[in-house]
Amino acid sequence: MQLIYDWFREFYERTGINLTFIYDPFDRARMIKGFWLTLELSFVTMVLSIVIGVVGAWLKGARSLLVRYGVDGFISLFRNTPPLVQIYFFYFGLGYLLPRVYDSASGAMVPLVSNIEWAILSLSLFAGAFNIEIFRSGAEAVPHAMIEAADSLGYTRGQVYWSIVLPLALRNALPALGNNLVNLVKTTNLAYAIAVPELMYVSREIWSDASNVPEMMIFLLLVYIGLVALLVAGLNWLERALQIPGYGQLGGH
Amino acid sequence: MLRFRDAFAISPFIGASAGAVRDCRHTYRAALIVAAGVFVGSTALAAATGGGHDSVFTILVRWAPLLLWGFLFNLVISVLSMAAGTAAGVPLGIMQLSPLRPLAWVAGLIIQFFRNAPWLVLLFMCVMLLPFEFRVFGLRVPFPDWVKSVVGFALPAMANVAEIVRGAVQSVPTGQWESSESLGFTRRQAMLQIILPQCIKRMLPPWMNLYSLIAMSTVNASVVGVNEMLTLTAQVHAAEGSRPELLAPLYSFALVCFFLYAYPIGKWTERLERKYQVKD
Repeated sequence: MQLIYDWFREFYERTGINLTFIYDPFDRARMIKGFWLTLELSFVTMVLSIVIGVVGAWLKGARSLLVRYGVDGFISLFRNTPPLVQIYFFYFGLGYLLPRVYDSASGAMVPLVSNIEWAILSLSLFAGAFNIEIFRSGAEAVPHAMIEAADSLGYTRGQVYWSIVLPLALRNALPALGNNLVNLVKTTNLAYAIAVPELMYVSREIWSDASNVPEMMIFLLLVYIGLVALLVAGLNWLERALQIPGYGQLGGH
Repeated sequence: MLRFRDAFAISPFIGASAGAVRDCRHTYRAALIVAAGVFVGSTALAAATGGGHDSVFTILVRWAPLLLWGFLFNLVISVLSMAAGTAAGVPLGIMQLSPLRPLAWVAGLIIQFFRNAPWLVLLFMCVMLLPFEFRVFGLRVPFPDWVKSVVGFALPAMANVAEIVRGAVQSVPTGQWESSESLGFTRRQAMLQIILPQCIKRMLPPWMNLYSLIAMSTVNASVVGVNEMLTLTAQVHAAEGSRPELLAPLYSFALVCFFLYAYPIGKWTERLERKYQVKD
């Protein structure tokens, strides 16, 4: 490893291309941390947004008008406002209203919900609002006869949703869901604005110290494009794995 | 009839689509109520906690002209970005469909790159790497941060417009190409006079969706220091003594402004989508 580090240091001296996050131990450590945090943010928000989507799509079919309008209001509010303002609203606006608690690790009073948690929450709600509509249109594409058949077999409404509609809706919704999850991964760097030390924030710190803006920019783009490519590959695999013969756009060949 | 109703009662998540059009008005009302609720709730809460100072309402009225001016700046940035993105994206999308392989390949590469790059990173790139002025024939053309951020928003807009163009052109039945060829049209003539005019209708809804997303993301420019609404909101907050209870109402004011702008666009897009839906 030391050989590689030395090579990159020499590379900088020879070409002026300064990749401090490879050869400098301090920058390397924070870059690795930032990268993991971006992965964590992406993964947790993806899972939460899918849960919100599934539950929301189910609630949209509730018998109570109030619940339906509530879900509609939630969707239109989160879809039609900038995610960055949402993050600020949650972190600054609501964060102030919550009490501070004693943290035994640092011995200081800290906010009840940390900036990372606010970022996770607001990004999940933002992507979740889109996921509700995606799952819902996926559910609408499920043939009506299937639901009638399940009804006549004595399934309750919850059972119909969970074991008939959802598995088929998921397959219908997968392409649109994939697009939204890709967008979500690309949006996690908005957490930068509330000082969450993820990839973007760490890169900013590094280029402020080493003034190697072009190098860091290209590196950032490559990392994000790599992450997106991985996710797209995973989704394509999932789409093939979930394929049912004779059903859906993919099936039957 | 009875059977349908029974199914509707048991599984309303299917039946509800029938009432989608009727629900539309209710949804708008519901959404407005929620938006107003957030705004009024946080304002009232801040009013209750901020004793001895100007009330939140007074502060909002005092600064509303400035904040709305900032919002207008957001809209100007969004319109310019979308115009530039469309101007560059339409030719790029057509290039991607070119029978000349290398040309199509280069266009595809550009599109994929700018589509998959995070918008915030592109914005940072433009703001930090573009020069602050250009020299054209000894003439100095200033290039302020807000113009750079227009470029930063126009790049992803361009790539997405190109994809919209490609999707629309490919959705035109092949028969159209064949019949224009048999009428003696060249490829260029067929594209410009027959295919593209039909595509405008198909492109309009996704194009409007994209515009909405661009308008939403213009606030990102505050991260790089452009004096738009979110930057001004922070400055107003500082000017009023940085009282933390003001943050929720100030940010919800921004939320409401964007909501009132984007919601009608979204509804209009949905209507166009239904209107132009290709019948199966």
